[in-house]
Amino acid sequence: MGELLPLMLQGAWVTLQITFWASLLAIACAVLGALGRLSPFAPLRWFSITYIEVFRGTSLLVQLFWLYFVLPMPPFHVELSAFSVAVLGLGLHIGAYGAEVMRGAIRSVAPGQYEASLALNMTPLTRFRRIILPQALLAAIPPGTNLLIELLKNTSLVSLITLSDLAFRARQLDQATFMTLEIFGLTLVLYFLMAQAINLAMRLVERRLGRGRIKGGLA
Amino acid sequence: MSMQQRFDDSPMVRPSRRDGSAEPLVRFDQVTKRYGSLTVLDQLNLEVSPGEKVAIIGPSGSGKSTLLRALMTLETIDDGVIEVDGEPLTHMPTAGGHLIPANARHQRRIRGRIGMVFQSFNLFPHMNALQNVIEAPVQVLGMSKAEASQRGEELLAMVGLEDKLGHYPAQLSGGQQQRVAIARALAMRPKVMLFDEVTSALDPELCGEVLNVIRQLGEAHNLTMLMVTHQMGFAREFADRVCFFYKGRIHEQGTPEELFGNPREERTQAFLSAVNEAH
Repeated sequence: MGELLPLMLQGAWVTLQITFWASLLAIACAVLGALGRLSPFAPLRWFSITYIEVFRGTSLLVQLFWLYFVLPMPPFHVELSAFSVAVLGLGLHIGAYGAEVMRGAIRSVAPGQYEASLALNMTPLTRFRRIILPQALLAAIPPGTNLLIELLKNTSLVSLITLSDLAFRARQLDQATFMTLEIFGLTLVLYFLMAQAINLAMRLVERRLGRGRIKGGLA
Repeated sequence: MSMQQRFDDSPMVRPSRRDGSAEPLVRFDQVTKRYGSLTVLDQLNLEVSPGEKVAIIGPSGSGKSTLLRALMTLETIDDGVIEVDGEPLTHMPTAGGHLIPANARHQRRIRGRIGMVFQSFNLFPHMNALQNVIEAPVQVLGMSKAEASQRGEELLAMVGLEDKLGHYPAQLSGGQQQRVAIARALAMRPKVMLFDEVTSALDPELCGEVLNVIRQLGEAHNLTMLMVTHQMGFAREFADRVCFFYKGRIHEQGTPEELFGNPREERTQAFLSAVNEAH
């Protein structure tokens, strides 16, 4: 067991890195995708809808295969490292779900907030950045946490594009040692701990964004 | 800048009016607003002089709030022209003197002269009282944070909330929230303040503190105010002129003494007696 742990932790570290960068990409995609969908400019709206439907409507595994195996071939000739593909694929995939979550969250900000911002003569950009987005992000946190945990668990697919993540290490060590119970038990615990870390991080963000706001209070 | 200076500098000076009164700061000229087949503002005319306090009363659905919202550009209008300080709000003049629909820049420039306080306060819930007040001066006027904070503290002190600077809206009573909203609007140095039923969402005992602030404001500053209100007592005491709205038009207007003491129109009489009975 003592020799297992370092290798398992190496795998967990790869999983963690992919999760972190893909989460950042997913959040950016979610905000931009939602903004595009709500845009008064039709081509931007179509672009966002296409993005959301394509990445939500097809299998993540096939998306990863496309990015990793198909893109390097003609006529694309785009070669990406396995790590970049993992981050890009997971980020775009979860970002498409996130865009719909963000759209709902932006819609949930009270109309009076828009009116007050307009009456104070803010530009649309200032209004979104300073007034609407902080409130929308707060509303998006509970469903957003779900999506990020989903993202973490989906990282197990990246072993199929040659990355040595936690799930890959588990299978590798299992084949070498036949300590099946111990290895997959430890794998469960490691995934669980990482999911709890996401949970905790999101709760801290929620507390920060929700500062001064009493749940179900006057505001 | 005094009114006199501003007119001297302005290339848009128009001949003074025959009756010698000041040029209106706000002018509605034949303004019409429709929602489908419903006409909420019906060729409305209204002129408000600098410093004048106008109370707008009338039954619900008569277009009172729409008037303020159109002036704040929260509603578009279907016909007519609104002018603020001699310049059209929703239109802009071309070199040839024609009026075309205003672009965003023109609208923002004119809109900056107007401040508004809402029935539902609409404070930013993720900012404390001081942050609410300094947000627009910093982001829109480009004021330094230090300067904006100093002015913000003065304004909050003026509305009696100097000890609530760090409180969030959820930690304030309705009356306190509305006073923050007034300070927030004032921080943009508007020439015209619009009050849209600002006490309607408040318990009766909290109305007084908000009305006191507005009263003070009227006395201390030569601010032009338009106020939609159901508080007839306050309108009577505070306003220079009371307009009674009915079906998208000003049905009758006059000094509070005239309108409340001796209403000429049947509709006005009926409305006022209904309001009196309710109290």
